[in-house]
Amino acid sequence: MPVDVEARVISNTRLSSDYNVIALDAPEIARGTAPGQFVMVKPGRGTDPLLRRPFSVFEVLELNGTVSGLSLLSKRIGVTTRLLFDAVEGDVVSCLGPLGRPYTLVDPPTEAWMVAGGVGLAPFATLANALASRGVRTTLFYGARSGRELFYLDWFEARGVAMQLSTEDGTRGDRGRVTLPLERALKAHGSADVMVYACGPEPMLEAVAHVCGRYGRTCEVSVERVMGCGMGGCYSCVVPVKDAGGGQHYVRSCLGGPVFKSADLVWD
Amino acid sequence: MDLSVQIGSLRMANPFMAASGCFGYGVEYAGAVDLTSIGAVVSKGLFVKPREGHPPERIVETPAGMLNAIGLQGIGVHRYIKEKLPELRRIGATNVVNICGSTLDEYVELARILSDAEGVHGLEVNISCPNIKEGGITFGCSLHGTFDVVSAVKKATHLPVMPKLTPNVTDVASIAKAAEDAGADAVSLVNTFLAMAIDIETRRPKLSNIVGGLSGPAIRPIAVRMVYECRRAVKIPIVGMGGIANADDALEFIIAGATAVQVGTANFVDPFIWNKLTGGLRDYMQRHRIERVADLVGSIDVTKREKQWISS
Repeated sequence: MPVDVEARVISNTRLSSDYNVIALDAPEIARGTAPGQFVMVKPGRGTDPLLRRPFSVFEVLELNGTVSGLSLLSKRIGVTTRLLFDAVEGDVVSCLGPLGRPYTLVDPPTEAWMVAGGVGLAPFATLANALASRGVRTTLFYGARSGRELFYLDWFEARGVAMQLSTEDGTRGDRGRVTLPLERALKAHGSADVMVYACGPEPMLEAVAHVCGRYGRTCEVSVERVMGCGMGGCYSCVVPVKDAGGGQHYVRSCLGGPVFKSADLVWD
Repeated sequence: MDLSVQIGSLRMANPFMAASGCFGYGVEYAGAVDLTSIGAVVSKGLFVKPREGHPPERIVETPAGMLNAIGLQGIGVHRYIKEKLPELRRIGATNVVNICGSTLDEYVELARILSDAEGVHGLEVNISCPNIKEGGITFGCSLHGTFDVVSAVKKATHLPVMPKLTPNVTDVASIAKAAEDAGADAVSLVNTFLAMAIDIETRRPKLSNIVGGLSGPAIRPIAVRMVYECRRAVKIPIVGMGGIANADDALEFIIAGATAVQVGTANFVDPFIWNKLTGGLRDYMQRHRIERVADLVGSIDVTKREKQWISS
């Protein structure tokens, strides 16, 4: 059941000139959040922005063993992300959630491979925590444009997550896209029992879906769509999903997703 | 304090209705919102058969508003009756179904089917969707078309019939009059304003459908003016909408002549808006010592203002 919280900004950490992690005082939402779920966010009360924007919950924050809030990983590209980048402690951000279908968690001996592109890292902190508590061996394939845009590496390493980095400019890890180390790993571990989780730009998701399809691995992707309400009211955030009969139909990613089995989606 | 309003035989506990296309089929919100606290839930537009709608992008935000071109994706009337209506009935929601036809016969068929369905309290006749070519808007843009659809639907049902009018005409009041002449129990207005937004970097339209309908606070003053014009042209109740985001906005419409109002875009921003709307309306009525909301309808004072004071 989603709740709407006028959440106070606890802290706002700028990771680069574009990226920030904003911590919000919304324990009511954080407590019920499963990995891959999202919140609808609106900074300020005016009409610019008018609509909320969807964000994956990045971290569920705890203070002395009690859930104290949640954080969002944001990249400054539009009006909402600019306001989130500029927000200071004490500002208020409307936060509606938790919303959507989460990732399906696996158990050992299945391994988890998380594939993140840029700000697509967002759902993987909560997922890494959930998998760690189940004892699942986890690897993060994490790609960005440059080494300066790879964040929270220590955070994931501290939780025993194996790292496979790639950058488009070659400043860190493999030079190229994140699918490069992913495909290499799929080739090398031909028989490994692996569940792939992906989040990032749509072309990346499509490439990951195809690679996983070729190697016969189950993959779940978290899609990002322009979303009006997050509650199933507006029908704007649809993705094409395959029918049993060979056709396709549009499914609202706020209700049917944002996490989908990659094999269920129509990639065009 | 009496917040109830009457639209034909449709009695609503308060004047706030969830606008079609902005509230799914209602059931989507049932877990979060008490649907009985809403005057009436207007369903997403339904054809007889399911429709896929337009490819994304389907919406884009614009200054104090948004464009949409969803393309009336929908499950069709039969699945609505089978899959959605039982839950709405169980909850006790007041349900108005928005019906869309490509032909006159389709409107009539929908009206007949829904008249036999238990739990439907009214029909909103969509003759105003700007986003699809086949039918609907072609009726709503002409006096004859409006008259023909409304008379045909009226003959086919005992339910209150309320055509939803487009603002994309020269004179919406004359369309409202045609609807009244055809026996409409009420008119609802306005649907969205046909509009367009372009990405200047790619020089591509921001919507897949190229054009879409503008809603939100940006359109409110135009919508208020249109309700005011219609109030002077017809005697049947008017259901006003266009950018209502709080009780004050709603009161503008009511004072201009709307018996009830619909809320669409604002529900996207705040799904818990309904109690705030009724609360705000109560506060206003208390402050102005008004017992029945019906007494506010069309209470606009356009008489010449008397001078309150004269300086020196």
